[in-house]
Amino acid sequence: MRERVLAPALIGLLALGAWEGIIRWWSIPPYILPGPIVIARTIASDWGTLLPSLLVTLAITGAAFLVSAVLGLILAVLFTQSAWIERAFFPYAVILQVTPLVAIAPLIILWVKWIPLALLICAWLVAFFPVVSNTVLGLTSTDRNLVDLFHLYGATRWQALRYLRLPAALPYFLGGLRISGGLALIGAVVAEFVAGTGGAQSGLAFRILEAGYQLQIPRMFAAVFLISAAGVLIFALLTGLSRLALQRWHESELDAEG
Amino acid sequence: MTPGSPVVSLREVSKSYPKGPLALDRLSLDVMSHEFVCLLGPSGSGKSTLLRLIAGLVQPSAGRIEWTDPAAPRRLGFVFQEPTLMPWARVEDNVGLPLMLADMNESEAAGRVGEALAHVGLNGFERAYPRELSGGMRMRVSIARALVTQPSVLLMDEPFASLDEITRFRLETDLADLHQRRGLTVVFVTHSVFESVYLGTRVVVLSPRPGRVAASCQIEGPAPRVEVFRTSAAYLDACRDVSMLLAAASSR
Repeated sequence: MRERVLAPALIGLLALGAWEGIIRWWSIPPYILPGPIVIARTIASDWGTLLPSLLVTLAITGAAFLVSAVLGLILAVLFTQSAWIERAFFPYAVILQVTPLVAIAPLIILWVKWIPLALLICAWLVAFFPVVSNTVLGLTSTDRNLVDLFHLYGATRWQALRYLRLPAALPYFLGGLRISGGLALIGAVVAEFVAGTGGAQSGLAFRILEAGYQLQIPRMFAAVFLISAAGVLIFALLTGLSRLALQRWHESELDAEG
Repeated sequence: MTPGSPVVSLREVSKSYPKGPLALDRLSLDVMSHEFVCLLGPSGSGKSTLLRLIAGLVQPSAGRIEWTDPAAPRRLGFVFQEPTLMPWARVEDNVGLPLMLADMNESEAAGRVGEALAHVGLNGFERAYPRELSGGMRMRVSIARALVTQPSVLLMDEPFASLDEITRFRLETDLADLHQRRGLTVVFVTHSVFESVYLGTRVVVLSPRPGRVAASCQIEGPAPRVEVFRTSAAYLDACRDVSMLLAAASSR
């Protein structure tokens, strides 16, 4: 556990040190490439504008993620209830997934007047598919003998779903959530770029655009850093959730001595 | 315990799968109450199919399966080749599954679960997860789950095939004891001559492709079976007889 934290921390410190060293050695001005110390100072000094923007982006991300998780699960259950439903609707889920968000985001922003909702729809479009496809996989790869056993003991469809298919699909669902969390953030940021709206409700992507126009390069880096940090945090939270839910029984979360 | 009247009768039962060869061809078999019937056959003789037909998990393509007690098919115990436990559920929840699915109230179910676990010698493991148990213990949990509904008929599909010999011998003796004590009727699928003779009061030899009853052979031995039976002359004689029947059935 200590090595898991220490090794990447050491690499990170070395990289930051080298970065700072290169900046100073060749005297690279901050408007070309700011060093980590300048970026850290910018985060501190611009905290008053960066924090509200971070919260706006996180709110969109969180909402899109929650809708993806709930709708993704419901869609996956629906898909597995009937082969007909799956065959009829799954191609469209795939089409939504493979169409680049930047291509359809302008349309969504055009149609949906309330910008936060438009952003949420954009982020949801990229985030829901991993939940659906993973959960469908989990729901359909239940142990055949257990399915027979439930049948033998006269389980209803609902009982088989509640006590067999859903628990069996849980590791897959959680795996889908881990991918979906990061994608929701990416979707939210991309949609903000496309929307490009200012004002009180602007997220981190708008701060990056704004800083770019004003040639405040350190602030661009500060915003990028905050987005990455938010992504890492989301991943860590979802990994923790997965560990909590599966640690007693699933292979993926067993300790080495298991 | 002497075999009595038939519990279930298979009349000219055939089973074919779409795009597959005939698995069973006009097979007839009576299973008597309190009998321990071992279905012995090489792979491809349809013995697992036969067991799944009796369980009602698959339907026959032709022929009839008649139960003397019409309520009996709903009160079967079935043990698969693998323990087939839910890895996310504790031992008590795995064993109690059939009761939970039947909406039995919790306190009554808990009593039944404790009783079933006592029968397989697993008291004290109620709160364990399947992965914390050895292969033999998992199979015991699986047997406890089959017993928890207090069935009169137990269907077992090569349940000990993946266990080591020491564990298998112990489980076989415990199963023979359970059969005797609870007056069970057992249909047990195996591909081991030695296992079939040790456990069975009757060994039914199936021929392969398509499966048919090639021979049926009563086994005389102590009831319940005890370990010394394995080394007795009667056991070895019966093994030789059954081996010859199996060889004859396989070569046809």
